[in-house]
Amino acid sequence: MWSKLKGSLCGCLVILKIIKHCQEFSPALVTGQLLGLDVGSVLEVTNCFPFPAREEDEEIEAEGANYQLEMMRCLREVNVDNNTVGWYQSTLFGSFQTVELIETFMNYQENIKRCVCIIYDPSRSNQGVLALKALKLSDSFMELYKSNNFTGEKLREKNLSWVDIFEEIPIKVSNSALISAFMTELEPDTPVTQCDYERLQLSTNPYLERNVEFLIECMDDLSMEQQKFQFYYRNLSRQQAQQQAWLQKRRSENMNRKAAGEEPLPEEDPSNPIFKPLPEPSRLDSFLITNQIANYCNQINGVAGQSFSRLYLMKALHEN
Amino acid sequence: MASSDHTILQFAPSSTALSAKVHPLVIFNICDCYVRRPDQADRIIGTLLGSVLPDGTVDIRNSYAVPHSESQDQVALDIDYHHNMLSSHQKVNPKEVIVGWFSTGFGVTGGSALIHEFFSRETTNPIHMTVDTGFTNGEASVKGFVSVHLSIGDQQLAAQFQEIPLDLRMVEAERIGFDILKTTAVDKLPNDLEGMEASMQRLLALIDDIYKYVDDVVEGRVPQDNKIGRFISDTVASLPKLSPQDFDKLVNDGLQDQLLLLYLASLTRTQLSFAEKLNTAAQIL
Repeated sequence: MWSKLKGSLCGCLVILKIIKHCQEFSPALVTGQLLGLDVGSVLEVTNCFPFPAREEDEEIEAEGANYQLEMMRCLREVNVDNNTVGWYQSTLFGSFQTVELIETFMNYQENIKRCVCIIYDPSRSNQGVLALKALKLSDSFMELYKSNNFTGEKLREKNLSWVDIFEEIPIKVSNSALISAFMTELEPDTPVTQCDYERLQLSTNPYLERNVEFLIECMDDLSMEQQKFQFYYRNLSRQQAQQQAWLQKRRSENMNRKAAGEEPLPEEDPSNPIFKPLPEPSRLDSFLITNQIANYCNQINGVAGQSFSRLYLMKALHEN
Repeated sequence: MASSDHTILQFAPSSTALSAKVHPLVIFNICDCYVRRPDQADRIIGTLLGSVLPDGTVDIRNSYAVPHSESQDQVALDIDYHHNMLSSHQKVNPKEVIVGWFSTGFGVTGGSALIHEFFSRETTNPIHMTVDTGFTNGEASVKGFVSVHLSIGDQQLAAQFQEIPLDLRMVEAERIGFDILKTTAVDKLPNDLEGMEASMQRLLALIDDIYKYVDDVVEGRVPQDNKIGRFISDTVASLPKLSPQDFDKLVNDGLQDQLLLLYLASLTRTQLSFAEKLNTAAQIL
């Protein structure tokens, strides 16, 4: 069994490549493959390459696989590590917690024991934040997902809640000495950078608005899920009442039969529809939506915090 | 190269490619490839991808290394590899075409002309970029060249490499932050508020600098510079003129909005954790 993944080590090259790819195609969502090495407790991501824009056509899908192989072969020739260690994808306003992400993850997990997903958010970057995240699915969640059993009982048994689906892996950045030498040489110490301008932008309202909009949508979805559960529980209790009634009837019948000296009838009847167990709706969706909501809340908190500082700064400047 | 004094020497000046803009990714990629070069190789060679902007500036956006072998006066480039990689890159981004080639090392070397000729067949007027990974002069020099044909009459004599200015501004890299780029290892990416703090500190330092400069000028310690003075007055004038009441109202409205959002967000989170507790506690069956 492998040891626990403690962090992922990214080269700046990878980060720049991801940013370039995601930014160029924004707002379309793009993905790409991460290449690197698995060294003990850290996963070193040393290179990556983008995937062409995805299309639904099957023929093109096969071509995509070819592209991937070709690219790996080419990169190997110039001595790039050609082990797949995961993939990256862009997201808009942090709305990445979907069933598709989990499915992709499970697909990757089949082939590679340890993989990460790096998520980059171009919309957040416009505010001077490096919105880069490395995620993996938690082990307990994966086990559960494999058995595809998301009933309340099972979740309680595993003690799994929505916070435990994704695990965030801290990203460390490492550069080769050559690159850092070049950067120090080429880029003089400028007092102001692009980031500073973007961070000091006062208009965050559109971003917050979108966030709240998404939040409201998620809330609607969540209440839909709740209704599903209510419906299920109502049906369940009705069924239980029916079962009880049936049992009562059967028992009194059996008493009569006993009195008459006949064999009692069995107390269960599998052929009766009221004994058919009702399928419990999966909690996966509501878990994901909850995750998403928590994410939006965090983003709002972060941006609002920044805005506070900005507003007070403005005030101080103005008073001067 | 131009040795003859008797016949007229013709320089065919290049019409385009007056300057080039290099994206940081290109330099990073070249450095990475150089670090990973094969044992016996002294330098690496590769293709530059990008586009020509409407004003004639060449925008170098991407690059990939091409394996090659080099002996005394021969250079063999893996052309198949070059084409494979090109088609792969174009699948992702069809807008990026070949704009030139790069090699590591200081300045142009003998074999460069041959390779340049090859790339001239791939694209018109390619750019040759050299990245001095060996720090020959004790500095990191990145240079761009275009070739100018020398001819006597109709006869092609040679090609001369002419240096062109390169724009190495790295706006994209700034997004990551130079604190991260300049060191060899960083443990943690800065989050929202830490970045904000750094920005504010820089702003404060700048304001202090300006104060000091203005004081110095007023007291006659530093000769005045009208240009700087105009910049400062422009900056001060760019603050909108608002009455204190209006400004207070504006700031307070902003604060109220943010507070409301914060409140909403925390309310939602509380609700979620409640639901979470109830869900796990509920034993309806």
